[in-house]
Amino acid sequence: MPVFPSDPYGFLTQWFNNLLLHQGLPETTVRLISFAVGSLILVLGSLLFCLLLIWAERKIGGRVQDRLGPNRVGPYGIVQAVADMMKIFTKEFVTPAGVDKVVYNLAPVLSVAAVIMIWAVIPFTITFFGTDLNVGVLYIVAVGGLAEMGIVMAGWGSNNKFALLGAFRAVAQLISYEVPMVVALLLPVMLSGSMKLSEIVRSQDVWYIITAPVAAAIFFITSLAENGRAPFDLMEAESEIVAGFNVEYSGLKFGFFFVGDFLHAFTIALLFSVLFLGGWRGPAADQIPILGFFYLGIKTAIVYFFGLLVRFSLPRFRIDQMMNLNWKMLTPLSLGILIATALVDKGSANLLSSMAPTARLIVRSIILVLANVLVVWSFSDIFDVALGKRPRPVVALEPRPVARPEQPPTPTEGGTP
Amino acid sequence: MLNDWLYIGIFMVLSLFLPAAALVIAGILGPKKPSPIKNSTYECGIETVGDTWVQFKAQYYVYALVFLIFDVETIFLYPWALAYNQMTFFMIMEAVIFILILLGGLIYAIRKGVLEWQ
Repeated sequence: MPVFPSDPYGFLTQWFNNLLLHQGLPETTVRLISFAVGSLILVLGSLLFCLLLIWAERKIGGRVQDRLGPNRVGPYGIVQAVADMMKIFTKEFVTPAGVDKVVYNLAPVLSVAAVIMIWAVIPFTITFFGTDLNVGVLYIVAVGGLAEMGIVMAGWGSNNKFALLGAFRAVAQLISYEVPMVVALLLPVMLSGSMKLSEIVRSQDVWYIITAPVAAAIFFITSLAENGRAPFDLMEAESEIVAGFNVEYSGLKFGFFFVGDFLHAFTIALLFSVLFLGGWRGPAADQIPILGFFYLGIKTAIVYFFGLLVRFSLPRFRIDQMMNLNWKMLTPLSLGILIATALVDKGSANLLSSMAPTARLIVRSIILVLANVLVVWSFSDIFDVALGKRPRPVVALEPRPVARPEQPPTPTEGGTP
Repeated sequence: MLNDWLYIGIFMVLSLFLPAAALVIAGILGPKKPSPIKNSTYECGIETVGDTWVQFKAQYYVYALVFLIFDVETIFLYPWALAYNQMTFFMIMEAVIFILILLGGLIYAIRKGVLEWQ
Protein backbone atom coordinates (compact mmCIF):
# COMPACT_ATOMS: atom_id res chain seq x y z
CA MET A 1 0.00 0.00 0.00
CA PRO A 2 1.69 3.20 -1.14
CA VAL A 3 1.83 6.05 1.35
CA PHE A 4 1.58 9.67 0.32
CA PRO A 5 4.88 11.36 1.16
CA SER A 6 7.15 8.64 -0.23
CA ASP A 7 5.08 7.72 -3.28
CA PRO A 8 2.56 10.43 -4.21
CA TYR A 9 1.81 9.10 -7.68
CA GLY A 10 1.10 5.54 -6.57
CA PHE A 11 -0.98 6.83 -3.68
CA LEU A 12 -3.05 9.12 -5.88
CA THR A 13 -3.59 6.40 -8.50
CA GLN A 14 -4.87 3.99 -5.90
CA TRP A 15 -7.02 6.64 -4.24
CA PHE A 16 -8.54 7.61 -7.59
CA ASN A 17 -9.23 3.98 -8.56
CA ASN A 18 -10.82 3.25 -5.20
CA LEU A 19 -12.93 6.38 -5.46
CA LEU A 20 -14.32 5.26 -8.82
CA LEU A 21 -14.85 1.68 -7.68
CA HIS A 22 -16.83 2.85 -4.67
CA GLN A 23 -19.16 4.69 -7.03
CA GLY A 24 -20.26 1.27 -8.26
CA LEU A 25 -18.65 1.52 -11.70
CA PRO A 26 -17.55 -1.72 -13.41
CA GLU A 27 -13.83 -2.47 -13.31
CA THR A 28 -13.29 -2.04 -17.07
CA THR A 29 -14.75 1.44 -17.02
CA VAL A 30 -12.62 2.38 -14.04
CA ARG A 31 -9.54 1.15 -15.86
CA LEU A 32 -10.45 3.08 -19.00
CA ILE A 33 -11.02 6.27 -17.03
CA SER A 34 -7.83 5.95 -15.04
CA PHE A 35 -5.85 5.23 -18.24
CA ALA A 36 -7.35 8.29 -19.88
CA VAL A 37 -6.60 10.51 -16.87
CA GLY A 38 -3.09 9.10 -16.52
CA SER A 39 -2.18 9.65 -20.15
CA LEU A 40 -3.79 13.10 -20.09
CA ILE A 41 -1.51 14.03 -17.18
CA LEU A 42 1.56 12.79 -19.04
CA VAL A 43 0.71 14.43 -22.38
CA LEU A 44 -0.33 17.75 -20.86
CA GLY A 45 2.61 17.61 -18.46
CA SER A 46 5.13 17.11 -21.23
CA LEU A 47 3.58 19.86 -23.35
CA LEU A 48 3.63 22.34 -20.47
CA PHE A 49 7.08 21.21 -19.41
CA CYS A 50 8.19 22.28 -22.86
CA LEU A 51 7.67 25.94 -21.82
CA LEU A 52 10.31 25.50 -19.14
CA LEU A 53 12.58 23.72 -21.62
CA ILE A 54 12.40 26.59 -24.10
CA TRP A 55 13.42 29.03 -21.39
CA ALA A 56 16.23 26.75 -20.17
CA GLU A 57 17.56 26.22 -23.64
CA ARG A 58 17.57 29.92 -24.49
CA LYS A 59 19.15 30.83 -21.18
CA ILE A 60 21.89 28.18 -21.36
CA GLY A 61 22.45 28.91 -25.04
CA GLY A 62 22.84 32.58 -24.21
CA ARG A 63 25.34 31.87 -21.47
CA VAL A 64 27.37 29.50 -23.66
CA GLN A 65 27.59 32.11 -26.40
CA ASP A 66 28.37 34.93 -23.95
CA ARG A 67 24.95 36.55 -24.16
CA LEU A 68 22.36 37.12 -21.45
CA GLY A 69 19.46 35.18 -22.89
CA PRO A 70 15.89 36.10 -21.93
CA ASN A 71 15.99 38.36 -18.85
CA ARG A 72 13.03 40.76 -19.06
CA VAL A 73 9.79 38.87 -18.44
CA GLY A 74 9.70 37.67 -14.85
CA PRO A 75 12.67 36.74 -12.67
CA TYR A 76 15.55 35.57 -14.91
CA GLY A 77 13.14 35.83 -17.83
CA ILE A 78 11.42 32.64 -16.76
CA VAL A 79 7.98 33.67 -18.05
CA GLN A 80 9.37 34.59 -21.46
CA ALA A 81 8.21 31.32 -23.01
CA VAL A 82 4.67 31.82 -21.69
CA ALA A 83 4.54 35.29 -23.22
CA ASP A 84 5.87 33.91 -26.51
CA MET A 85 3.26 31.18 -26.48
CA MET A 86 0.44 33.66 -25.93
CA LYS A 87 1.71 35.73 -28.80
CA ILE A 88 2.10 32.82 -31.19
CA PHE A 89 -1.46 31.68 -30.45
CA THR A 90 -2.83 34.89 -31.96
CA LYS A 91 -0.78 34.77 -35.16
CA GLU A 92 -2.28 34.27 -38.58
CA PHE A 93 -1.87 30.97 -40.40
CA VAL A 94 -0.52 31.85 -43.83
CA THR A 95 -1.29 28.84 -45.99
CA PRO A 96 0.49 29.14 -49.32
CA ALA A 97 -1.35 28.36 -52.51
CA GLY A 98 -1.14 24.83 -53.84
CA VAL A 99 -0.24 23.01 -50.64
CA ASP A 100 -1.48 19.51 -49.95
CA LYS A 101 -3.97 20.49 -47.21
CA VAL A 102 -4.12 17.24 -45.24
CA VAL A 103 -0.41 16.48 -45.33
CA TYR A 104 0.53 20.09 -44.69
CA ASN A 105 -1.64 20.39 -41.57
CA LEU A 106 -0.89 16.93 -40.21
CA ALA A 107 2.89 17.38 -40.29
CA PRO A 108 3.33 19.71 -37.26
CA VAL A 109 0.88 17.67 -35.19
CA LEU A 110 2.74 14.48 -36.02
CA SER A 111 6.15 15.91 -35.21
CA VAL A 112 4.97 16.84 -31.71
CA ALA A 113 2.96 13.68 -31.15
CA ALA A 114 5.83 11.39 -32.16
CA VAL A 115 7.98 12.81 -29.38
CA ILE A 116 5.26 12.77 -26.72
CA MET A 117 4.42 9.14 -27.51
CA ILE A 118 7.86 8.11 -26.26
CA TRP A 119 6.91 9.38 -22.80
CA ALA A 120 4.27 6.65 -22.55
CA VAL A 121 6.86 3.99 -21.71
CA ILE A 122 9.49 5.89 -19.71
CA PRO A 123 9.70 4.72 -16.08
CA PHE A 124 10.11 7.87 -13.98
CA THR A 125 10.03 5.98 -10.67
CA ILE A 126 9.09 2.44 -9.68
CA THR A 127 5.42 3.38 -9.62
CA PHE A 128 5.28 6.46 -11.87
CA PHE A 129 5.21 5.37 -15.50
CA GLY A 130 2.68 5.43 -18.29
CA THR A 131 2.74 1.75 -19.05
CA ASP A 132 5.41 -0.90 -18.75
CA LEU A 133 5.35 -2.23 -22.29
CA ASN A 134 7.13 -5.55 -22.75
CA VAL A 135 8.55 -4.36 -26.09
CA GLY A 136 9.43 -0.89 -24.80
CA VAL A 137 12.69 -0.42 -26.70
CA LEU A 138 11.14 -1.57 -29.97
CA TYR A 139 8.23 0.80 -29.36
CA ILE A 140 10.65 3.70 -28.91
CA VAL A 141 12.41 2.87 -32.19
CA ALA A 142 9.09 2.56 -34.02
CA VAL A 143 7.62 5.77 -32.64
CA GLY A 144 10.89 7.62 -33.26
CA GLY A 145 10.40 6.85 -36.94
CA LEU A 146 7.16 8.84 -36.90
CA ALA A 147 9.05 12.09 -36.33
CA GLU A 148 10.79 11.58 -39.67
CA MET A 149 7.38 11.15 -41.25
CA GLY A 150 6.36 14.54 -39.89
CA ILE A 151 9.36 16.23 -41.46
CA VAL A 152 8.96 14.48 -44.80
CA MET A 153 5.27 15.32 -44.88
CA ALA A 154 6.05 18.97 -44.14
CA GLY A 155 8.57 19.14 -46.95
CA TRP A 156 6.45 17.27 -49.46
CA GLY A 157 3.18 19.02 -48.71
CA SER A 158 4.50 22.57 -48.71
CA ASN A 159 4.70 23.03 -52.49
CA ASN A 160 8.08 24.69 -52.16
CA LYS A 161 11.39 23.60 -53.63
CA PHE A 162 13.41 24.62 -50.57
CA ALA A 163 11.10 22.69 -48.30
CA LEU A 164 11.41 19.65 -50.54
CA LEU A 165 15.20 19.91 -50.50
CA GLY A 166 15.13 20.06 -46.72
CA ALA A 167 12.88 17.03 -46.60
CA PHE A 168 15.23 15.05 -48.84
CA ARG A 169 18.14 15.90 -46.64
CA ALA A 170 16.10 14.97 -43.59
CA VAL A 171 15.28 11.56 -45.06
CA ALA A 172 18.90 10.86 -45.89
CA GLN A 173 20.12 11.99 -42.48
CA LEU A 174 17.46 10.53 -40.23
CA ILE A 175 17.23 7.10 -41.80
CA SER A 176 21.01 6.84 -41.95
CA TYR A 177 21.46 7.63 -38.28
CA GLU A 178 18.71 5.28 -37.30
CA VAL A 179 20.88 2.26 -38.15
CA PRO A 180 23.66 2.76 -35.54
CA MET A 181 21.09 3.98 -33.02
CA VAL A 182 19.04 0.82 -33.27
CA VAL A 183 22.19 -1.30 -33.02
CA ALA A 184 23.40 0.68 -29.99
CA LEU A 185 20.01 0.12 -28.35
CA LEU A 186 20.59 -3.62 -28.76
CA LEU A 187 23.30 -3.58 -26.10
CA PRO A 188 21.16 -2.64 -23.08
CA VAL A 189 18.60 -5.15 -24.34
CA MET A 190 21.28 -7.80 -24.61
CA LEU A 191 22.89 -7.11 -21.23
CA SER A 192 19.57 -6.98 -19.37
CA GLY A 193 17.80 -9.66 -21.39
CA SER A 194 14.62 -7.63 -21.63
CA MET A 195 13.03 -4.95 -23.76
CA LYS A 196 10.99 -3.65 -20.82
CA LEU A 197 12.42 -0.29 -19.79
CA SER A 198 11.69 -0.94 -16.11
CA GLU A 199 13.51 -4.27 -16.39
CA ILE A 200 16.48 -2.54 -18.05
CA VAL A 201 16.62 0.00 -15.21
CA ARG A 202 16.34 -2.73 -12.59
CA SER A 203 19.17 -4.80 -14.08
CA GLN A 204 21.64 -1.91 -13.96
CA ASP A 205 23.59 -2.89 -10.86
CA VAL A 206 26.45 -1.39 -12.81
CA TRP A 207 25.35 1.43 -15.09
CA TYR A 208 25.45 0.45 -18.75
CA ILE A 209 27.50 3.52 -19.53
CA ILE A 210 30.32 1.65 -17.75
CA THR A 211 29.74 -1.78 -19.25
CA ALA A 212 28.84 -0.47 -22.72
CA PRO A 213 30.48 2.98 -23.05
CA VAL A 214 30.83 2.85 -26.82
CA ALA A 215 27.18 2.02 -27.29
CA ALA A 216 26.29 4.92 -24.99
CA ALA A 217 28.45 7.30 -27.02
CA ILE A 218 26.94 6.06 -30.28
CA PHE A 219 23.43 6.42 -28.88
CA PHE A 220 24.18 9.98 -27.73
CA ILE A 221 25.64 11.07 -31.08
CA THR A 222 22.95 9.43 -33.18
CA SER A 223 20.14 10.77 -31.06
CA LEU A 224 21.58 14.27 -31.48
CA ALA A 225 21.47 13.64 -35.22
CA GLU A 226 17.93 12.28 -35.03
CA ASN A 227 16.98 15.44 -33.22
CA GLY A 228 18.34 17.43 -36.17
CA ARG A 229 19.96 20.26 -34.28
CA ALA A 230 23.15 22.19 -34.47
CA PRO A 231 26.01 20.00 -35.63
CA PHE A 232 23.51 17.94 -37.61
CA ASP A 233 21.04 20.64 -38.66
CA LEU A 234 21.50 20.16 -42.38
CA MET A 235 17.81 19.73 -42.99
CA GLU A 236 17.04 23.26 -41.84
CA ALA A 237 20.30 24.95 -42.74
CA GLU A 238 19.25 28.60 -42.80
CA SER A 239 22.20 29.72 -44.88
CA GLU A 240 21.72 27.06 -47.54
CA ILE A 241 18.04 26.27 -47.99
CA VAL A 242 16.38 29.21 -46.17
CA ALA A 243 14.81 27.09 -43.43
CA GLY A 244 14.28 23.75 -45.02
CA PHE A 245 11.14 21.76 -44.48
CA ASN A 246 9.37 24.36 -42.32
CA VAL A 247 9.80 27.41 -44.56
CA GLU A 248 6.12 27.64 -45.53
CA TYR A 249 4.75 27.35 -42.00
CA SER A 250 3.63 30.22 -39.83
CA GLY A 251 2.12 30.85 -36.42
CA LEU A 252 1.57 27.92 -34.12
CA LYS A 253 2.15 25.38 -36.91
CA PHE A 254 5.70 26.66 -37.18
CA GLY A 255 5.92 26.73 -33.40
CA PHE A 256 4.95 23.10 -33.13
CA PHE A 257 8.01 22.00 -35.06
CA PHE A 258 10.05 23.73 -32.38
CA VAL A 259 7.98 22.35 -29.54
CA GLY A 260 8.73 18.92 -30.97
CA ASP A 261 12.39 19.84 -31.33
CA PHE A 262 12.84 21.13 -27.76
CA LEU A 263 10.90 18.24 -26.32
CA HIS A 264 12.88 15.74 -28.37
CA ALA A 265 16.15 17.13 -26.98
CA PHE A 266 14.90 16.49 -23.47
CA THR A 267 13.37 13.13 -24.31
CA ILE A 268 16.63 11.74 -25.64
CA ALA A 269 18.33 12.88 -22.43
CA LEU A 270 15.63 11.04 -20.49
CA LEU A 271 16.08 7.93 -22.60
CA PHE A 272 19.84 8.10 -22.23
CA SER A 273 19.60 8.25 -18.46
CA VAL A 274 17.06 5.43 -18.38
CA LEU A 275 19.02 3.15 -20.68
CA PHE A 276 22.59 3.93 -19.69
CA LEU A 277 22.63 5.85 -16.41
CA GLY A 278 20.47 3.61 -14.28
CA GLY A 279 17.19 5.54 -14.57
CA TRP A 280 15.61 6.12 -11.16
CA ARG A 281 18.17 3.95 -9.39
CA GLY A 282 20.08 5.50 -6.52
CA PRO A 283 20.46 5.27 -2.76
CA ALA A 284 17.14 4.40 -1.08
CA ALA A 285 15.15 4.81 -4.30
CA ASP A 286 13.64 1.35 -3.84
CA GLN A 287 12.02 2.26 -0.54
CA ILE A 288 11.10 5.86 -1.31
CA PRO A 289 10.01 6.02 -4.97
CA ILE A 290 9.84 9.82 -5.06
CA LEU A 291 13.61 9.94 -4.57
CA GLY A 292 14.02 8.05 -7.85
CA PHE A 293 12.21 10.87 -9.59
CA PHE A 294 14.84 13.32 -8.39
CA TYR A 295 17.72 11.00 -9.30
CA LEU A 296 16.33 10.62 -12.80
CA GLY A 297 15.82 14.38 -12.99
CA ILE A 298 19.41 15.11 -12.03
CA LYS A 299 20.83 12.56 -14.47
CA THR A 300 18.61 13.83 -17.26
CA ALA A 301 19.53 17.43 -16.58
CA ILE A 302 23.23 16.61 -16.86
CA VAL A 303 22.80 14.74 -20.17
CA TYR A 304 20.52 17.50 -21.48
CA PHE A 305 23.10 20.11 -20.56
CA PHE A 306 25.78 18.22 -22.49
CA GLY A 307 23.49 18.05 -25.50
CA LEU A 308 23.01 21.82 -25.31
CA LEU A 309 26.75 22.40 -25.01
CA VAL A 310 27.26 20.39 -28.20
CA ARG A 311 24.50 22.30 -29.91
CA PHE A 312 25.76 25.74 -29.06
CA SER A 313 29.46 25.21 -29.59
CA LEU A 314 29.92 23.11 -32.73
CA PRO A 315 29.55 24.35 -36.30
CA ARG A 316 27.45 22.53 -38.86
CA PHE A 317 28.80 19.48 -40.66
CA ARG A 318 29.05 19.25 -44.42
CA ILE A 319 26.68 16.63 -45.78
CA ASP A 320 29.46 14.31 -46.95
CA GLN A 321 31.14 14.52 -43.54
CA MET A 322 27.87 13.68 -41.90
CA MET A 323 27.29 10.68 -44.14
CA ASN A 324 30.86 9.49 -43.66
CA LEU A 325 30.55 9.77 -39.89
CA ASN A 326 27.51 7.57 -39.99
CA TRP A 327 28.19 4.94 -42.62
CA LYS A 328 31.95 4.60 -42.30
CA MET A 329 32.40 5.09 -38.57
CA LEU A 330 29.33 4.67 -36.40
CA THR A 331 27.67 1.78 -38.24
CA PRO A 332 30.73 -0.52 -38.41
CA LEU A 333 31.69 0.49 -34.88
CA SER A 334 28.26 -0.31 -33.50
CA LEU A 335 28.22 -3.71 -35.17
CA GLY A 336 31.78 -4.38 -33.98
CA ILE A 337 30.95 -3.47 -30.41
CA LEU A 338 27.87 -5.70 -30.56
CA ILE A 339 29.96 -8.69 -31.66
CA ALA A 340 32.71 -7.96 -29.14
CA THR A 341 30.33 -7.57 -26.20
CA ALA A 342 28.39 -10.69 -27.10
CA LEU A 343 31.52 -12.82 -27.42
CA VAL A 344 33.40 -11.45 -24.43
CA ASP A 345 30.43 -11.54 -22.08
CA LYS A 346 29.51 -15.11 -23.02
CA GLY A 347 33.14 -16.23 -23.11
CA SER A 348 33.85 -14.98 -19.60
CA ALA A 349 30.58 -16.30 -18.14
CA ASN A 350 32.12 -19.62 -17.09
CA LEU A 351 35.05 -17.88 -15.49
CA LEU A 352 32.79 -15.51 -13.55
CA SER A 353 30.23 -18.04 -12.35
CA SER A 354 32.49 -19.27 -9.55
CA MET A 355 32.98 -15.79 -8.05
CA ALA A 356 31.12 -13.98 -5.30
CA PRO A 357 28.31 -11.68 -6.61
CA THR A 358 30.11 -8.38 -5.91
CA ALA A 359 33.42 -9.57 -7.31
CA ARG A 360 31.61 -10.92 -10.35
CA LEU A 361 30.04 -7.53 -11.07
CA ILE A 362 33.37 -5.73 -10.78
CA VAL A 363 35.36 -8.21 -12.86
CA ARG A 364 32.62 -8.38 -15.49
CA SER A 365 32.55 -4.59 -15.87
CA ILE A 366 36.35 -4.44 -16.11
CA ILE A 367 36.36 -7.13 -18.81
CA LEU A 368 33.62 -5.35 -20.78
CA VAL A 369 35.36 -1.97 -20.52
CA LEU A 370 38.57 -3.55 -21.77
CA ALA A 371 36.68 -5.11 -24.68
CA ASN A 372 35.24 -1.69 -25.54
CA VAL A 373 38.64 -0.04 -25.45
CA LEU A 374 40.09 -2.80 -27.59
CA VAL A 375 37.37 -2.43 -30.22
CA VAL A 376 37.79 1.34 -30.44
CA TRP A 377 41.55 0.98 -30.65
CA SER A 378 41.35 -1.58 -33.43
CA PHE A 379 38.83 0.53 -35.31
CA SER A 380 40.88 3.73 -35.12
CA ASP A 381 43.05 2.53 -38.00
CA ILE A 382 40.03 1.83 -40.17
CA PHE A 383 38.60 5.27 -39.39
CA ASP A 384 41.75 7.02 -40.53
CA VAL A 385 41.51 5.30 -43.89
CA ALA A 386 37.75 5.75 -44.20
CA LEU A 387 37.94 9.48 -43.53
CA GLY A 388 40.81 9.94 -45.96
CA LYS A 389 43.35 11.00 -43.33
CA ARG A 390 45.63 8.23 -44.59
CA PRO A 391 45.60 6.77 -48.11
CA ARG A 392 44.18 3.30 -48.35
CA PRO A 393 47.09 0.80 -48.23
CA VAL A 394 47.89 -0.32 -51.73
CA VAL A 395 47.87 -4.09 -51.96
CA ALA A 396 49.17 -4.68 -55.47
CA LEU A 397 52.10 -2.44 -56.38
CA GLU A 398 53.41 -4.38 -59.35
CA PRO A 399 51.36 -4.14 -62.52
CA ARG A 400 49.76 -7.47 -63.15
CA PRO A 401 50.44 -9.31 -66.40
CA VAL A 402 47.58 -8.97 -68.82
CA ALA A 403 46.36 -11.83 -70.92
CA ARG A 404 45.86 -9.74 -74.03
CA PRO A 405 48.39 -7.05 -75.01
CA GLU A 406 46.87 -3.62 -75.12
CA GLN A 407 47.90 -2.90 -78.75
CA PRO A 408 47.80 -5.93 -81.01
CA PRO A 409 50.84 -6.09 -83.32
CA THR A 410 50.00 -4.66 -86.70
CA PRO A 411 50.24 -7.29 -89.42
CA THR A 412 53.14 -6.47 -91.74
CA GLU A 413 52.57 -6.12 -95.46
CA GLY A 414 53.26 -9.25 -97.44
CA GLY A 415 53.98 -11.38 -94.41
CA THR A 416 57.29 -12.58 -93.10
CA PRO A 417 59.43 -15.12 -94.87
CA MET B 1 -0.57 -7.21 -21.92
CA LEU B 2 -3.77 -6.05 -23.61
CA ASN B 3 -4.06 -3.34 -20.98
CA ASP B 4 -0.65 -2.02 -22.01
CA TRP B 5 -1.73 -1.62 -25.59
CA LEU B 6 -5.02 -0.08 -24.54
CA TYR B 7 -3.03 2.51 -22.64
CA ILE B 8 -0.76 3.09 -25.63
CA GLY B 9 -3.80 3.52 -27.83
CA ILE B 10 -5.38 6.08 -25.52
CA PHE B 11 -2.04 7.83 -25.17
CA MET B 12 -1.54 8.03 -28.95
CA VAL B 13 -5.02 9.42 -29.53
CA LEU B 14 -4.50 12.03 -26.81
CA SER B 15 -1.04 13.03 -27.99
CA LEU B 16 -2.41 13.55 -31.50
CA PHE B 17 -5.60 15.22 -30.32
CA LEU B 18 -4.15 17.84 -27.95
CA PRO B 19 -1.74 19.47 -30.46
CA ALA B 20 -4.46 19.34 -33.12
CA ALA B 21 -6.89 21.03 -30.73
CA ALA B 22 -4.29 23.71 -29.99
CA LEU B 23 -3.92 24.32 -33.73
CA VAL B 24 -7.68 24.67 -34.14
CA ILE B 25 -7.87 27.15 -31.23
CA ALA B 26 -4.99 29.15 -32.69
CA GLY B 27 -6.76 29.14 -36.06
CA ILE B 28 -9.87 30.62 -34.45
CA LEU B 29 -7.95 33.22 -32.44
CA GLY B 30 -5.68 34.43 -35.23
CA PRO B 31 -6.64 36.90 -37.94
CA LYS B 32 -7.52 35.64 -41.40
CA LYS B 33 -6.50 38.05 -44.17
CA PRO B 34 -5.23 36.02 -47.11
CA SER B 35 -4.11 37.74 -50.27
CA PRO B 36 -2.61 36.33 -53.49
CA ILE B 37 0.80 37.89 -52.80
CA LYS B 38 0.88 36.69 -49.22
CA ASN B 39 -0.11 33.18 -50.19
CA SER B 40 2.41 32.81 -52.97
CA THR B 41 5.22 30.32 -52.58
CA TYR B 42 8.23 31.73 -50.75
CA GLU B 43 11.37 31.63 -52.84
CA CYS B 44 13.46 34.62 -51.74
CA GLY B 45 11.21 37.07 -53.57
CA ILE B 46 11.59 35.48 -56.98
CA GLU B 47 8.69 34.04 -58.96
CA THR B 48 8.76 30.26 -58.85
CA VAL B 49 9.50 28.43 -62.06
CA GLY B 50 7.97 25.13 -63.00
CA ASP B 51 6.69 22.29 -60.91
CA THR B 52 7.79 21.90 -57.28
CA TRP B 53 8.07 18.15 -57.22
CA VAL B 54 11.16 18.02 -59.40
CA GLN B 55 13.42 15.07 -60.05
CA PHE B 56 15.72 14.34 -57.15
CA LYS B 57 19.14 12.86 -56.73
CA ALA B 58 19.24 9.12 -57.30
CA GLN B 59 21.73 8.83 -54.46
CA TYR B 60 19.02 9.27 -51.84
CA TYR B 61 17.58 6.06 -53.25
CA VAL B 62 20.85 4.19 -52.71
CA TYR B 63 21.01 5.33 -49.10
CA ALA B 64 17.44 4.23 -48.60
CA LEU B 65 18.30 0.78 -49.96
CA VAL B 66 21.31 0.36 -47.67
CA PHE B 67 19.23 1.60 -44.75
CA LEU B 68 16.55 -0.95 -45.50
CA ILE B 69 19.02 -3.83 -45.40
CA PHE B 70 20.49 -2.78 -42.08
CA ASP B 71 17.21 -1.90 -40.46
CA VAL B 72 15.74 -5.31 -41.24
CA GLU B 73 18.94 -6.88 -39.97
CA THR B 74 18.75 -5.12 -36.61
CA ILE B 75 15.11 -6.05 -36.23
CA PHE B 76 16.21 -9.67 -36.68
CA LEU B 77 18.79 -9.16 -33.98
CA TYR B 78 16.32 -7.99 -31.32
CA PRO B 79 14.90 -11.46 -30.56
CA TRP B 80 18.45 -12.76 -30.42
CA ALA B 81 19.48 -10.06 -27.95
CA LEU B 82 16.43 -10.84 -25.81
CA ALA B 83 17.35 -14.51 -25.57
CA TYR B 84 21.04 -13.75 -25.13
CA ASN B 85 21.25 -14.74 -21.45
CA GLN B 86 19.89 -18.23 -22.11
CA MET B 87 22.16 -18.93 -25.07
CA THR B 88 25.25 -21.08 -25.33
CA PHE B 89 28.47 -19.83 -26.87
CA PHE B 90 27.75 -21.75 -30.06
CA MET B 91 24.45 -19.96 -30.61
CA ILE B 92 26.16 -16.61 -30.15
CA MET B 93 28.66 -17.56 -32.84
CA GLU B 94 25.85 -18.13 -35.33
CA ALA B 95 24.54 -14.60 -34.81
CA VAL B 96 28.09 -13.26 -35.00
CA ILE B 97 28.53 -14.92 -38.39
CA PHE B 98 25.25 -13.37 -39.50
CA ILE B 99 26.48 -9.90 -38.45
CA LEU B 100 29.86 -10.48 -40.09
CA ILE B 101 28.23 -11.32 -43.41
CA LEU B 102 26.30 -8.05 -43.27
CA LEU B 103 29.44 -6.16 -42.24
CA GLY B 104 31.00 -7.64 -45.37
CA GLY B 105 28.13 -6.16 -47.35
CA LEU B 106 28.73 -2.77 -45.77
CA ILE B 107 32.46 -2.92 -46.52
CA TYR B 108 31.64 -3.88 -50.11
CA ALA B 109 29.32 -0.89 -50.41
CA ILE B 110 31.99 1.43 -48.99
CA ARG B 111 34.75 0.10 -51.24
CA LYS B 112 32.44 0.29 -54.24
CA GLY B 113 32.04 3.99 -53.52
CA VAL B 114 28.26 3.80 -53.18
CA LEU B 115 28.27 5.63 -49.85
CA GLU B 116 30.43 8.46 -51.17
CA TRP B 117 28.41 11.67 -51.26
CA GLN B 118 28.78 13.39 -54.62
